[in-house]
Amino acid sequence: MSASPPVLLRRLSLGGFRSYDGFAWSDPGRVSVITGPNGSGKTNLLEALSLLVPGRGLRGARLAELPRGGAGHWGVAARFSHGEDGFDLSTGTTAETAPGRRVFRLDGQPPRHRGAIAERLSAVWLTPQMDRLFTEGPGGRRRFLDRLVLAAEPGHATEVAAHDEAMRSRNRLLGQEQPDRAWLAALEASMARHAVAVTAARRGLVSRMNRRLQDDPGDADGFPPVRLRLECPIATRLDEHPAVAVEDWLRSILAESRAIDARAGSARHGAHRADLFLSDARSGQDAALASTGQQKAMLIGAVLAHASLLAELAGEAPMLLLDEPLVHLDAHHRLTLLRALAAMPSQVLLTGTDPEGFAPLAGVAAFFRARQGPDGLSTLEATGAAE
Amino acid sequence: MGGPEIERLIELLSRLPGLGPRSARRAALTLLRQPQTRLLPLADAMQRAGQSVRTCSRCGNLDSRDPCSICTDDHRDGSVICVVEGVGDLWALERAAVHRGLYHVLGGTLSALAGIGPEDLNLRPLLSRLEEGGVREVILALGATVDGATTAHWLADRLQPFGVTVSRVAQGVPMGGALDVLDDGTLAAALMARRAG
Ligand SMILES: [Zn+2]
Repeated sequence: MSASPPVLLRRLSLGGFRSYDGFAWSDPGRVSVITGPNGSGKTNLLEALSLLVPGRGLRGARLAELPRGGAGHWGVAARFSHGEDGFDLSTGTTAETAPGRRVFRLDGQPPRHRGAIAERLSAVWLTPQMDRLFTEGPGGRRRFLDRLVLAAEPGHATEVAAHDEAMRSRNRLLGQEQPDRAWLAALEASMARHAVAVTAARRGLVSRMNRRLQDDPGDADGFPPVRLRLECPIATRLDEHPAVAVEDWLRSILAESRAIDARAGSARHGAHRADLFLSDARSGQDAALASTGQQKAMLIGAVLAHASLLAELAGEAPMLLLDEPLVHLDAHHRLTLLRALAAMPSQVLLTGTDPEGFAPLAGVAAFFRARQGPDGLSTLEATGAAE
Repeated sequence: MGGPEIERLIELLSRLPGLGPRSARRAALTLLRQPQTRLLPLADAMQRAGQSVRTCSRCGNLDSRDPCSICTDDHRDGSVICVVEGVGDLWALERAAVHRGLYHVLGGTLSALAGIGPEDLNLRPLLSRLEEGGVREVILALGATVDGATTAHWLADRLQPFGVTVSRVAQGVPMGGALDVLDDGTLAAALMARRAG
């Protein structure tokens, strides 16, 4: 497929957001490296960009944590170019925003529907917190997978949200004394429909990524070729049955498990029970059993494979936000990563404590240093190439 | 600022949908600057509407007549009833001129999370209309939200004993989309593409 021009960040403005206020950043370059000590505000910058797509951003923060000083309104506004074309995207709260919500504006207008933003911009991120992705519960792995799926399927987040809303509604209804059975059946039908759509999208991406990783395992000494495995009974059913049949099956087991689910206060079946496993395709070793460095290499390997798959499928790769990507990587993997990023057809933002580690990007990346002033406000300064 | 009357006016305006405190102040200022051409005619129109507009006892529409002008229009096809969530959706469909039958305004959708149950919906009058006979098809034009889809499913189940064709507005309405924000073309396409079920 012919490559479409990359979506590039042209300008970012932040008001009342975390450690930033009255901040404007123009033409950060396709690859930008932001360095600075802890607390200088470099992760806040990546977080601001991650909030331009629906979800809770790369810190998974609650809205109340975002305004500067813990109170007041905040805004993140960005201008992106897309070849000759471009768009303005902003998010934040105003005096007129309902509590607990933030609003989006696409070219100054409320988005026409929930998937409208994902059609223009997708973003994938890695953070130091995700170094524990394989040892913690399945929620983080599922969110990571969904972020990858969303980059390929703009409607995915809407489907996941609809599934979870139907599930929460059913849980609530099951908590009532004598719930209306027809109402329960209607919610179960919604849940089953969205669960099958969500699972089909997850399953589709996992198998396309595996196919790609198998066809192009990369150079022998690069990142370990990973294998993804989606563990989910709905996905297993989809291997052998048409989607409508799986929907009927899920609806009937939901109906059968009402009593159990009512006691537990949660649903035993559904798309929220899926888990993602990563293993080394050569050794078969499961990521959960690998060293921290190996885990990070596998995660980066998956993110790079995903970006190149999307570049191939859609002609476009997601914006990559990599917070402290070099930590836990050996010298060899660092070099492989930076070379891959240099060749990536998308916007890439990287952070690190020191610029030295990013030296291989000299001539490719723009370098910036974040500082926090005595007033607590972060600023950014262009520093030229790393030495 | 300018006395309690102005404060009260701004306060009431700011409670209207789409108007926050800032736009309410702007609206109040526009009205107050031109009392003869803007403020008093508006007050008069509000007074009249408040006295004469009521909810149609048949379909739930708002009109100064009961039954409303749609329910009593001989040129409309009484054998097809389009069920909508609110009067805003009815207006959107009328604006798009895509439905030639009658309406039924449900007054909401089922929402377990918001605590809205079957007893909170304007359902009984719809069932009475079906009991009266003469209705061939019921179109469920509820929003493409989880609550809208759930309500449509539940309602289809409730209407089954009446032996009418129940169809749902399906395609063209993006997930999360409410009917009254759709453009007329999309709305028309959505209504054409209704499917049985
Ligand atoms: Zn009427």
